[in-house]
Amino acid sequence: MKEKLHDLKVKYQGKKMAPAFNALHTFLYMPNETTHSGAHVRAADDLKRTMNTVIMALVPCLLFGMFNAGYQHYSAINGFPESFSLFDHFLTWDNFWIGVTTVLPLVIVSYGVGLAIEFLFAVIKGHEVEEGYLVTGMLVPLIVPVDTPLWMLAIAVAFGVVIGKEVFGGTGMNILNPALTIRAFLFFAYPTWMSGDKVWVHKGVERAGTADAISGETVLGSLAQGSDYAYSLSDMFYGFIPGSVGETSTLLILLGALFLIFTKIASWRIMVSAVVGALVMGLIFNGVVDAGWLPEYSKFYALMSFPYWQHLLVGGLAFGIVFMATDPVTGSQTNKGKWYYGFFIGLLSVMIRVFNPGYPEGVFLAILLMNVFAPTIDHYVVRGNIKKRLKRFKTATIYPKSSDEVDTLKTETA
Amino acid sequence: MSKDIRIKKGLNINLVGAAEQTISKAVTSNVYALNLDDFHGITPKMLIKQGEEIKAGEPLFYNKNNEEMHFVSPVSGELVEIVRGARRRILTLKILADKEQDYVINKVPDLDTADGEAIKSYLLQCGGWPFIKQRPYDVIADPSATPKAIFVSGYATAPLSANPDFVLQDKEQEIQAAVLALGKMTPGKIHVTVGKSNRSPFNNIKGIELHKISGPHPAGLVGTQINRIDPVNKGEVVWTLSPQDMVMLGELLLTGKFNAERIVALAGSVVKQPKYYKTKIGAEISTFLYASGVNEDRFRLINGDVLTGSKTNTEGYLGFYNNTVTAIPEGDDYEFFGWNKPVFNKISSTRALTFSWLQPNKKYDLDTNTNGEHRAFVVTGRYEEVFPLDIYPLQLLKACMVKDLDEMEQLGLYEVAPEDFSLTEFICISKQPHQQIIREGLDLLQKELG
Repeated sequence: MKEKLHDLKVKYQGKKMAPAFNALHTFLYMPNETTHSGAHVRAADDLKRTMNTVIMALVPCLLFGMFNAGYQHYSAINGFPESFSLFDHFLTWDNFWIGVTTVLPLVIVSYGVGLAIEFLFAVIKGHEVEEGYLVTGMLVPLIVPVDTPLWMLAIAVAFGVVIGKEVFGGTGMNILNPALTIRAFLFFAYPTWMSGDKVWVHKGVERAGTADAISGETVLGSLAQGSDYAYSLSDMFYGFIPGSVGETSTLLILLGALFLIFTKIASWRIMVSAVVGALVMGLIFNGVVDAGWLPEYSKFYALMSFPYWQHLLVGGLAFGIVFMATDPVTGSQTNKGKWYYGFFIGLLSVMIRVFNPGYPEGVFLAILLMNVFAPTIDHYVVRGNIKKRLKRFKTATIYPKSSDEVDTLKTETA
Repeated sequence: MSKDIRIKKGLNINLVGAAEQTISKAVTSNVYALNLDDFHGITPKMLIKQGEEIKAGEPLFYNKNNEEMHFVSPVSGELVEIVRGARRRILTLKILADKEQDYVINKVPDLDTADGEAIKSYLLQCGGWPFIKQRPYDVIADPSATPKAIFVSGYATAPLSANPDFVLQDKEQEIQAAVLALGKMTPGKIHVTVGKSNRSPFNNIKGIELHKISGPHPAGLVGTQINRIDPVNKGEVVWTLSPQDMVMLGELLLTGKFNAERIVALAGSVVKQPKYYKTKIGAEISTFLYASGVNEDRFRLINGDVLTGSKTNTEGYLGFYNNTVTAIPEGDDYEFFGWNKPVFNKISSTRALTFSWLQPNKKYDLDTNTNGEHRAFVVTGRYEEVFPLDIYPLQLLKACMVKDLDEMEQLGLYEVAPEDFSLTEFICISKQPHQQIIREGLDLLQKELG
């Protein structure tokens, strides 16, 4: 097989379809490429391995999301179980089957449409198929409501990949996080589909208005309306709450974060500073409420009085911080810049979440906003280094060249 | 006075096949060759024709931009071949060595009384000058410029490279002479950096500023040391020399004889008995490679260490500046699911199912496979962990790629040499050719700014 594929590769070399073939070939076999210039040996990591590591960190969230799709669906119909048992009520085949029928199609459409466009661009432009979409394609189904119509997702993915990434030159060149561009497209193009209390539960929209109507409001949605929510802190932490497919389980996101930090794939600086930023903003809001500056009838009261640290347990904040903000291409590239970048993501997420009148979530908007500002942050960080160098330059000891002396002598005698 | 420098950022690449510390005498080579690529940026003008006889130490060619700068023959014999490439550019000069070596004996200047200019013109005339390199641009030093300081690294941390303490044994006299002469050419200091061990011959040398350095590679690279001791500013010039080249300069200054002899480490996992050989610049590598024996038929032979050396083959010749020759396996084979399965036999700077972090002292047998395809820069923050210079490596590389001269200068390109980026190139997840990018950036900067 190895030899046959090699022969095929040689045959296709220079042909139009070569990138498409190579993408599949390098997926099976690491290429036989050897070093040409510079260092003769190279470390074991490549982009595929890097992306694969992120996907491994996402798999628990995906599996949990599949079970949770069923759990939320049945709980909306039958009510939440009185005494919850993980194996009796959550990890059941019924729940999983709902996940298979709802979440898996999202994954397939996301990868299918996205990769098709990636292959198309690679063939047209004659470059290799890049691995960036492997992670994007996994992120997308995890950050949309479970019943997102597949055609909507397909359009959004096409938009996100083309406008968000390929027009800039592909993986590594984009300014905005492609997965979030897709999410933002869905939100602004189909706002009624992406909010409310029906979309978070399987069949919620379909059954709306009928006798069997079911709904499941997110914690943030309840807070925004000033109503109570029925979820305990442990529900929120473990993730047995309605929400986008993969964002609910803070525990698994935390495990994913630890894995990514341990493997040195994602920046711990961004994660830590974003958590700090979110806590700071939450504390400020809590402080405003405690000081009595906000009347209780204010529509922001419920969200602002929400305990500051619980912001991390609800909505997409944890997921966004761990898997979206740490995208190295769209984030700050300097280590110092990452501190500012992360901090403002946390800060703005909570701020937008509280003040957003239409939709009580702000993580994706905050990250997209900071994506835009990341180059500016880096610019000032790099300026600092340049300034330091200029300061050193003042004490430079430059000796005149001997040829310069000859020139000055010549001009003097002339 | 000695100052201690500690390098924290970096990565030691431990490979199997380190040279055993015994010196054998290599079989005398029939043909010696100078590879013109070793002299970056020099346009040669031949002084003798093909077929003519030449003595050891007699000029072969000079630098077109500086007629005084001579490049001399390492041996006496007949110039049998001038290998030319595209547009008749000279690639290699081959000399068929005489049985009995005949040396030019130059009239040596009196080291105590001679001034800097006298020593400079002596070295230019007798072929010692090309051993002196300069920063900015990492090229052979411009004789018209006065360096603010001279830097010598007496510590090697590059994988499998020759141990300076070992190869410099009993050469203190020559080193002292070279230090004396170099000191006259700069109003500044001569900074020598050695490892923590007490065996270094530099411990007893007068007229130098001795520094001790510790830490992982690239602690031994002179660029790292310059950045810590006295970084290059815009407009400033510093000179760098390798200690073994200093020995040659010293001998040239003491005896008037250009003695091309040097001790070379033959290393790498392919070599059966890796050890040191005494040979000459330009000697056929096969004269000592097969004395040690090789394990495989197909392998990568490198003039220099695995990170910065240049590719050669079994018909190749020892480079002008090299004191290490490395042979490692070629890696031109496919690896099934190589991108996602756990990796135990390769070095990695991450822990993404790569396990080299478990055994930091394990010795690895790396081959030349790139372990992945070339991609655009994606990951950030990784280079900084192995790059101890106060420079933003990713930003500087990008500035070089887009040929932004202002930014290249502002970010400190004149402080670095391609070798300073060898470790970032090694760990690069996007498999970008860092050293080539920096080399092209330096060439552009030199061309534009003179």
